[in-house]
Amino acid sequence: MSERMFFIDYSRCIGCESCVQACAECDTHRGTSMIHLEVIQRRESVQTAPQVCMHCEDPICARVCPADAIKKTPDGVVQSSLKPRCIGCSNCVIACPFGVPKYQAEIDQMMKCDMCYDRSSVGKKPMCATVCPSGALTFTTMEEIQRTRRGIPINSWKFGAEQVRTKVYVMVPRTVEQVSVERVQLAPTPAPLPADPYDVALMLEEKK
Amino acid sequence: MAKLPTDIPIIVSQFGPSLHCVPPGGWEQAGEDEKMVKTHCCFCGQQCGIQLRVRSNRVVGFEPWEDFPFNRGKLCPKGVKRYMQDEHPDRLKTPLQRLEGVGYGPLSWDTALTRVVSEIQRIQNSYGRDSFSILTGASLTNEKAYLMGKFARVALQTANIDYNGRLCMVSAAAASKKVFGIDRSANPWSDIPKAKVILVAGANVAECAPITTDYLWQARDNGAKLIVLDPRMTPIARNADLFIPVRSGGDIGVFHGMMRIMIQRGWIDREYIDNYTSGFEEYARVVDRYTPEYASQIAGVPAELIVKAAEMWGPPPTSFLLHARGIEHHSKGVDNCIAAIQLVLATGRIGREGCGYAMITGQGNGQGAREQGQKCDQLPGSRDISDPAAREYVAGVWGVPEKSIPAKGLSAVPLMEAIYEGKIKGLLSICFNPTVSLPDANYVRAALEKLEFYVNIDFFLSETARYADIVLPGSLMEEDEGTTTNVEGRVIHHRKAVTPPGDAREDWKIICEIASRLGKGDKFNYASPRDIFEELRLASKGGVSDYYGITWEKIDADNGVCWPCPDPGHPGTPRLYEDKKFNHPDGRAHFHPVDWRPSAEMPDDDYPIIFTTGRVVSHFLSGTQTRRIGALIDQYPQPRCEMHPRLAQKLGIADDDFVKVESRRGSVVVRALIVKTIRPDTVFVPYHWPLGRSANNITIRAIDPVSNIPEYKICAVRVSKTEPPADTISQLGVEAGGVR
Repeated sequence: MSERMFFIDYSRCIGCESCVQACAECDTHRGTSMIHLEVIQRRESVQTAPQVCMHCEDPICARVCPADAIKKTPDGVVQSSLKPRCIGCSNCVIACPFGVPKYQAEIDQMMKCDMCYDRSSVGKKPMCATVCPSGALTFTTMEEIQRTRRGIPINSWKFGAEQVRTKVYVMVPRTVEQVSVERVQLAPTPAPLPADPYDVALMLEEKK
Repeated sequence: MAKLPTDIPIIVSQFGPSLHCVPPGGWEQAGEDEKMVKTHCCFCGQQCGIQLRVRSNRVVGFEPWEDFPFNRGKLCPKGVKRYMQDEHPDRLKTPLQRLEGVGYGPLSWDTALTRVVSEIQRIQNSYGRDSFSILTGASLTNEKAYLMGKFARVALQTANIDYNGRLCMVSAAAASKKVFGIDRSANPWSDIPKAKVILVAGANVAECAPITTDYLWQARDNGAKLIVLDPRMTPIARNADLFIPVRSGGDIGVFHGMMRIMIQRGWIDREYIDNYTSGFEEYARVVDRYTPEYASQIAGVPAELIVKAAEMWGPPPTSFLLHARGIEHHSKGVDNCIAAIQLVLATGRIGREGCGYAMITGQGNGQGAREQGQKCDQLPGSRDISDPAAREYVAGVWGVPEKSIPAKGLSAVPLMEAIYEGKIKGLLSICFNPTVSLPDANYVRAALEKLEFYVNIDFFLSETARYADIVLPGSLMEEDEGTTTNVEGRVIHHRKAVTPPGDAREDWKIICEIASRLGKGDKFNYASPRDIFEELRLASKGGVSDYYGITWEKIDADNGVCWPCPDPGHPGTPRLYEDKKFNHPDGRAHFHPVDWRPSAEMPDDDYPIIFTTGRVVSHFLSGTQTRRIGALIDQYPQPRCEMHPRLAQKLGIADDDFVKVESRRGSVVVRALIVKTIRPDTVFVPYHWPLGRSANNITIRAIDPVSNIPEYKICAVRVSKTEPPADTISQLGVEAGGVR
């Protein structure tokens, strides 16, 4: 069987937080969840998005770490900071384009998703991708995901001038080859998206 | 007595709800698990497979069970944290008696049961057999559901037994029986991804049946269109191809509006209708009045949405309908369901791969618990209690005279009314928390206070148990063995992980002991739940829900068996109606000419806003279990009132403000959650919380004339901004009914 990989399909997420609850149950980080479930804007929509560590091929968090505390295993999994080395400077927290590492003040250390290394390193699925009831988080083979999904998986990102490739894939429409974030846009999204795509009141108005 | 023995904060300080946040032994415990028990979740009707990790007779965690085909390891947050109800500080471990002015104090089993039996005898001797009633639940295993029905009819000989599935599945059940003659989802879940169009009517799948989401998304990845009807944009509605924000109670407008268009455009299967059904013409005459304009008025949505729905639903070769409480919790719940499933029948898209429909069961054994004879109108095998042949057969299995089996009794709401009116004096309840879950909660509390004697069997002291004279500590699902029947009609095996703690006992042992003390021990002489199942098999033989061919070995070997399974060699029936034969005497499916009618209470000048209720993903039903689990309370701590910004602006309410939501019957004070994802004429409060936070203080005690389901999904309210509450209840923890 070919290697199983991690895929995120944001369009499937239902915000149930199974991933958050199950992450805390994993033996490597019992009691503390390492996954972020982002509620985008509850007033506007029920949209939510799960964020695991993307496990960059050339992890920016490790590059900016002055203490060399963040290591990538030979199988491409970027680990949490090493306790004896981490100085709690939060360089990684600021540098990660995906907003994954979090500084935990009570232990003065950065902790992040390690793809449930105790599970994934012995051939089991990460906890979040095992329990996720919507398939927004999936751990399977490339062939299986290509066979069963409408979208395609990509792992190529561009943040300004920074090119990033990740071990984790995201599902996107078939026309997309790379996720490109030129700049963070704070103003409302301009057309062609409807101004308020999830406003039930607007749906109840007769179209003229 | 059945009155609160002391102030609620004192009871809460002794029995909770309190929050359990860390597994036994702590997060950092070392050591190997002694065993991993393959079993099922105790919560909803999906009945997901799960493994419980056990150490020293304690459940210490869980592990996904990826080989169980229905959910393949997937779980919702309730399933993930379910093990935290074990080893809980609130767990009842000894029989308790009410102590006036104090609360509850322990007593021995012998003293407790002596009191229970003497009170049953006193009340039945003084006021007649039917004056002692039983309320049960649909989270009980098949074995326990069967036992409760037999206990009522044989040990107590009371007609008045009903169950909390009355608040859940009965509209769907009655509709399916009327149209097809069988009360069961017609298809296995594996048919969902094979359908080309899916209609989800009144089902918040993402929060109430989360595992089903993956089946819906599989279908969409296979090219299916998804239509969702709901007054709120639920998480699945966000990505639906067509979301119809129907006004609560307006569903028939959409269904009949669609059907009129489908008839006009030829998107029905005339040959199928002619050969295998009856009553279509009369139905079509009613439907003909539902022009897009009229349908739009009834449904409260633009006509174009209904036309689009017909255009999506009509032409495809395969289709699947899923419906749940959103259309069922109405005083016309049965008619709503009939109108929905006739969209399936008229296209002939049933009884084939990728073609059919399902009702999404709410409770863990929502399906099985209504088949084994604990409904007021049924005997085992889904048999009608008024059918002489059925009575004769079951009397034979039980070894009692047919005449000794009581007639049909009262269903849950009328039963509570009979308690209020003093016609019923005694109550034994198990697995039911009516002060939180029945409508018009102030009335329910007042009714309970009128009981002369109330005995409650439960594992935690629920809000309702606080009214009991005697509380008997029963068992959690993982402390006993038995079967349940999942949403697909699949009978599955719950394995025992641990034994009940302290002096708590398996529920079935408690019931058998009471029966024995009532002098009926010979009829309740079981050594194990499996013994009960063996009798259940026989009692269901020849009935609609025929379990005769199902054995525990077969369940284990096949990952469950779908009924009907009439003989041991039979493989079970995952998909019904493949032979186009329906369970009516004429062999046909029956169309019914149902028509829309208004809800019991429509908005008016005094109460101008529609109120509706439902669930959130991290809590289950009346919250007896989930409000005791820290991580689930953290996820959704307290009920909030969802309202649209337009309504909020009109009322001068901002996000997080405290609001009073008030009907003619009662009110809650909760924080506002201002969202654009709800109709501006409707507000929503989830119902898992008690007392001043109980949505059911507001709901109306109106029931469907056929199914007797309460109308939870619509009543009229007014909403106003208010000061933060300062009463003693509001100062409790959120898990007990306080506010944050």
